[in-house]
Amino acid sequence: MRTFYKISLLFVILVLAVSVAGCRPAASTGPVTIHVLTMDQAGLKPAEIDQIARDFEAANPDIKVVMEYVGYDFLHDKIVTGMAAKPPAYDAAMIDVIWPDEFIKSEYLLDVTSRVTPEMKSGIFPAAWNGVTRGGKVYGMPWLMDVKYFMYNKDILQKAGLNAPPKTWEELADQAKAIKDQGLVEYPITWSWNQKEGVVCDFTVLLFGNGGAFLDDSGKPVFNNEKGVQVLEWMKKTVDDGLTNPSAVSSDEMAVEADFLAGKSAFAVNWLFQYSDSNDPSKSQVVGQVAFAPMPVFAAGAQAGIKGSSVDGSSSFAIMSTSPYADQTWKFLTYLTSHEVQTKFSAEMLPMWQNDFEGDNLAKLQAANPSNPVTIPAFMAQFPYAYERPTVPYYNEASAALQLAIQEALTGIKTPKQALDDAAAKWVQLAGQ
Amino acid sequence: MATLTKSLPRRRLSLRQQDARVGWLLIVPSLVVILGVTLWPILTTLFLSFYNAPAGLNQVQTFVGLGNYLALVRDQTFWETIGRTLYFTVVSVGLELALGMAVAQLIHSRPWGWKFLRISLIIPWAVPTIVNGAMWRWIYSADFGALNGLLMQLGLIDHYIPWLTLPDMAMNLIILADVWHIMPFVALILQAALATLPAELDEAAAVDGANALQRFWHIRLPLLRPAILVALIVRTVDAFRVFDIAYIITSGGPAFKTVTITYLTYLNTFSYGKQGTGAALSFMISIFTIAMAFAYIRFLYRPEET
Repeated sequence: MRTFYKISLLFVILVLAVSVAGCRPAASTGPVTIHVLTMDQAGLKPAEIDQIARDFEAANPDIKVVMEYVGYDFLHDKIVTGMAAKPPAYDAAMIDVIWPDEFIKSEYLLDVTSRVTPEMKSGIFPAAWNGVTRGGKVYGMPWLMDVKYFMYNKDILQKAGLNAPPKTWEELADQAKAIKDQGLVEYPITWSWNQKEGVVCDFTVLLFGNGGAFLDDSGKPVFNNEKGVQVLEWMKKTVDDGLTNPSAVSSDEMAVEADFLAGKSAFAVNWLFQYSDSNDPSKSQVVGQVAFAPMPVFAAGAQAGIKGSSVDGSSSFAIMSTSPYADQTWKFLTYLTSHEVQTKFSAEMLPMWQNDFEGDNLAKLQAANPSNPVTIPAFMAQFPYAYERPTVPYYNEASAALQLAIQEALTGIKTPKQALDDAAAKWVQLAGQ
Repeated sequence: MATLTKSLPRRRLSLRQQDARVGWLLIVPSLVVILGVTLWPILTTLFLSFYNAPAGLNQVQTFVGLGNYLALVRDQTFWETIGRTLYFTVVSVGLELALGMAVAQLIHSRPWGWKFLRISLIIPWAVPTIVNGAMWRWIYSADFGALNGLLMQLGLIDHYIPWLTLPDMAMNLIILADVWHIMPFVALILQAALATLPAELDEAAAVDGANALQRFWHIRLPLLRPAILVALIVRTVDAFRVFDIAYIITSGGPAFKTVTITYLTYLNTFSYGKQGTGAALSFMISIFTIAMAFAYIRFLYRPEET
C-alpha cells in the first residue's frame, strides 16, 4: 500500500509539474516565429501574402512568419481576444482606419515613431500616416490605401442606350429605372447594406456627397440633419422602387461582388478588389465589361460645390505592444510594405507610396500589372475625395447604432428621421461616457 | 524537533483512511484543473461584473457595485433581447421536442429502412454549427439560394424573396436552421428511452382495447418523462445561449432583430470593450438558465419514475 501511495504521489507531482511547465513559453532555440493577423477580403489575397512571407523568410532565415487570415468582420474582435494572452497571440495585426483611437486607448499598439525612417515619412501618402498617427506618435505602418469605387457594367448600359455613367445619384436612379424597365436586370443597383461596417461606409459615401457630415466642429452629431435624412430617404426609395436589390439589406461586400460579377446588376459600389476579380474568368461572368466612373454625388451636393465623395478604407499593420519580437516584426512589416513588394502585387491593391505615382516610378507601376493602367487613374480620381469616418475611441458602438438606424429605416421599422435621431442621441450618450 | 518526532510512535492509518488519502491524491490534479478552468474564471467574471472595466491593458477599473446589473435591467434593449431569446428558446425547443418525438416513434415502430433513418439522423447533428449556419445562409440567399429556387420551381413565388432582410421572418429562419441541426439529437435521446420501455405494458393496453394515441398518451409519455426532462434541460440551456448560428446567418440583422442575449454579451465584451457589462450579462444568462432548469425539475421531475 505504501508503494502504491508513493507512486500516486509521484504521479500527482508529475502531472502538476507538466501543467506548470506547459504554462510557460518555451525557450527560444532557433528561428524566431512571429504571428501576423490580417484579413481575407480586400487587398492582397492570402496566397499572395503567403508568398511574400516565404520570400521574406528566404532572405531572413532567422525569422519565421506565420500568417493568419480572417474575414474583415471578425478581425477587430480577434485582435481584442488575442491581446488577452501573454505574450499576445499575434505580434502584428492589420488595423482598419477606424480602430487606432480605440486600440491606442487600450494600449494595444506599439509606438513605432522612432522606427519610421525619413524615406518612409516623406514617401508615403500623408493621408496614410494620418490613419496611424495620434498626438505626433506613429502606431503602425500604412499598408492599404483603399477607397470605395463606383463600378458599372458597360454592356448593360450600352444595351439600355445609355452613353455615359451617371454623375449624380438622381441620375443613377433614372438610369437604373431605364435598365429595369427594359428588363435587362431585375435590380440594377447593388450595395453592402447589411448590419456591418459596410453600410456605414456606403452611408459615408452618400452623406458627404450630399454635403453632409457626421459631426460638427464641436463634435456634436449632425448626420441626422436634413442632409442626412435626405440620404437615408433616397436609400429607402431605391429599395422600395425596386432599383436597389432588396437583398442589399443582408449583403456584405462579398455578396455585392457575387451579384455584380454574375451580371445581375449594372451598378455597384465596392472596394478595389472587385475590379481585379471582375476580370478573372473563374469568378466572373462579366469579364471585360466592368468600368470605373467617379463616384456620383447628389444634385444638391454638386450645386453646393461637392466634386466627389468616397470613404477612406485605409488600413495599416501595427505591432502589438506586448510582442516580445518587435524588432523582427518591424523588419517583416517594412518588407511587406516596401516599394518592391507593393509594386509587384499592385493588381489587388495599389501602393501607398506617393512617389510610386510620380515620374519614372509611375511608368514602372503602370507596367507592373495589366489592370494598373485602369486602376491607377480611378484611384487618383477618387482618392482625393475619400472622407473619414469619425475617429473616436467608442467608434464600434457608435457605428453599431448607426447600422441599426439605417436598417430600421430600410426595413420600415422607423422613419429615416426618427431612426437617425435615435442614433444621434446614442452617439451623444457614448461621447458623454 | 527531529528528536521529538522520532520519539513519538508513528500513528497508523486505518485502511479506510489510507484509501481516502490515495483517493484524494488521485483527484487533486483533476480538482486543480476544474478549479482553474471553471471556478476561477467564474469568480473572476463575477468580480468583473461589479466594475466598469474597459477592455485593454493597464486600464483603470472602477468599482460600480451592482451598477452594471441595474443599467441592464433599466435598458430597453436588454429586455427586447431577452424576449427575442426566449422566443427562440421556446419555439426551437418546442419544435425539436415535437418533431424529435415523432421521429423517435417512427424509428421505434421499425418501418422498412428504419436503420438507415437512424444513421441518417446523425448527419445533421454531426455538422458543426458554423458549417450549418453557412449552409443555411446560402439556402436563404435571395439571389442564389435553394429556397427561392425551390419555391420558384414549384410556382409558389413569382420573384425571389430576400428572406434575411425581413425583420419578422429572420429569427424564424434561424430557428428552422437550428431545428434541422438539433432535432436528431432529441430524437435519438427519446428513441433510446423508448427502446428501454417494457413492451408488455403496451401490449396489455392494446389487448384492453387502447388505441395507439391512448397508449402513447397514457403509457409511453409518462414513462418517457425522465428522458424528456433531460432533453428539455439540455436543449433549453443550449438554446437560451444561442449565438453562433445567428452570428453566421444574419450577423444579428436585420435591424438587430436576431441579436440574442449571448450575442449582446459578445458585442459588449469584445466589440464595444465593455467587459463589466459583458460579465454582468453573462451572469444574467446564468440566472435565467438556472431558473428555467429549476422550473423544469419542479414541474416535470417525479422521483418515483427514476
